[in-house]
Amino acid sequence: MSVTAYFAQHWNEILQATIEHLWLVVITMLLACAIGIPLGILAARKPWLSKPILGSANVAETIPSLALFGFLLPLPWLGARADRLAIAALTLYALLPIIRNTVAGITGVDPAVREAARGMGMTGSQILWRVELPLSFSTILAGIRVATVLTVGIATIAAAVGSGGLGEFIFRGLAMVNNAVILAGAIPAAVLALLADLVLGLLERRLRPASAG
Amino acid sequence: MTAETESASAPDAIIEFRDARYELPGGQVLLNHINLSVARGETLVLLGRSGAGKTTALKLINRLLDPTAGEVRVDGKTTVQWDPIALRRHIGYVIQETGLFPHYTVEQNVALVPRLERWPGGQVRTRVVELLTLVGLDPVRFLGRYPHELSGGQRQRVGLARALAADPPILLMDEPFGALDPLTRGEIRAEFRALEQRLRKTVVIVTHDTGEALELGTRLALLEAGELRGVYSPKEFLQSNEPVAAAYISQLRMVEKTERQP
Repeated sequence: MSVTAYFAQHWNEILQATIEHLWLVVITMLLACAIGIPLGILAARKPWLSKPILGSANVAETIPSLALFGFLLPLPWLGARADRLAIAALTLYALLPIIRNTVAGITGVDPAVREAARGMGMTGSQILWRVELPLSFSTILAGIRVATVLTVGIATIAAAVGSGGLGEFIFRGLAMVNNAVILAGAIPAAVLALLADLVLGLLERRLRPASAG
Repeated sequence: MTAETESASAPDAIIEFRDARYELPGGQVLLNHINLSVARGETLVLLGRSGAGKTTALKLINRLLDPTAGEVRVDGKTTVQWDPIALRRHIGYVIQETGLFPHYTVEQNVALVPRLERWPGGQVRTRVVELLTLVGLDPVRFLGRYPHELSGGQRQRVGLARALAADPPILLMDEPFGALDPLTRGEIRAEFRALEQRLRKTVVIVTHDTGEALELGTRLALLEAGELRGVYSPKEFLQSNEPVAAAYISQLRMVEKTERQP
């Protein structure tokens, strides 16, 4: 069966899987940002925490994804549902680029700007919210962008533990030795990744601090 | 010792260093045995070469650093007794690199401290316009600009306006004109002097430029390797026979001589 014929016949199913896939990615990214940005801020502010935080994120990144899904499977609450398990594993992967870019963004703020802010009598949280975060926003967003593209790709593997999404087609196609089925998962996944990259890239350019543009 | 240094415990001293010392955690002593007082309304210049401890001394005043021994008093209270935020809002701070917020317009930069102090909006706006005019920038043209759209001299003027915004009685300036070309530097310096004569702030300026020190200072405090070598009026400084002071003067004379040659 040709690829186009397969797409025409199963478009409904493919759309369904794409939505599932997108949902996995969106939830993962929300979680990863909610955890990664505060961790990045912490690592930037307390240099002694920087190594343990970045180190752990680095280690998580090096675990092969299939193995990570396997490791998390026996955990009581996480292993109970496939989507929970998938989101937990994907979040772990998405953390590193977000933490790293948050640290880079904040430590990259011009020391003179920070000194002036302190000398002017701004409190620590005022410096964070009004100076450091706005000035590192585009760098943090670049990290989110990398993490999103990464997550779109790895989320296909999550289908191995039954979490659904576009990976279903890929695994099914592999089992059936049918390229059309594999492509029914791979093409939409690639399109999702490209779209995410494009949209976040545009946003990043728009939000870049005036001095750098 | 001169008459000026004896006035160290003058009752109108607004800033006082009492045997202040600052040592890095590694044991390197950046300032030692500093006894110095700054009278209300005067312009004290901290003069010295790079690494003499000038900037460190300045940072002890607004509590960006705490003395490791001795104390620094501002308005009669030691800096450690002050709440650092309240102390810093009481003191204007200008640094060489200006430290203007690149994501803020000129207006937002100048309005920073009044906003932090929760002034009413209308009053902030009036104050910003007033200050820009004061430092010689046309408010209509400059309010909406970003720092990267300004020349070095304009940035330094905005930095000064920002430091003056909440009308602090004390102004600290760390090589405020150091990054400017000589012509702009001369201009701004002259303007600042005129401005200072009107505002009557207590000013402490750090510089390594003898000419600048003599032009702006009512008194010069000479720092060398973390120690205070003496405090002079400009006239005393020029007549001083002490080798350190003499070195600065001869450097100044040399510059003047080269500048006069065709």
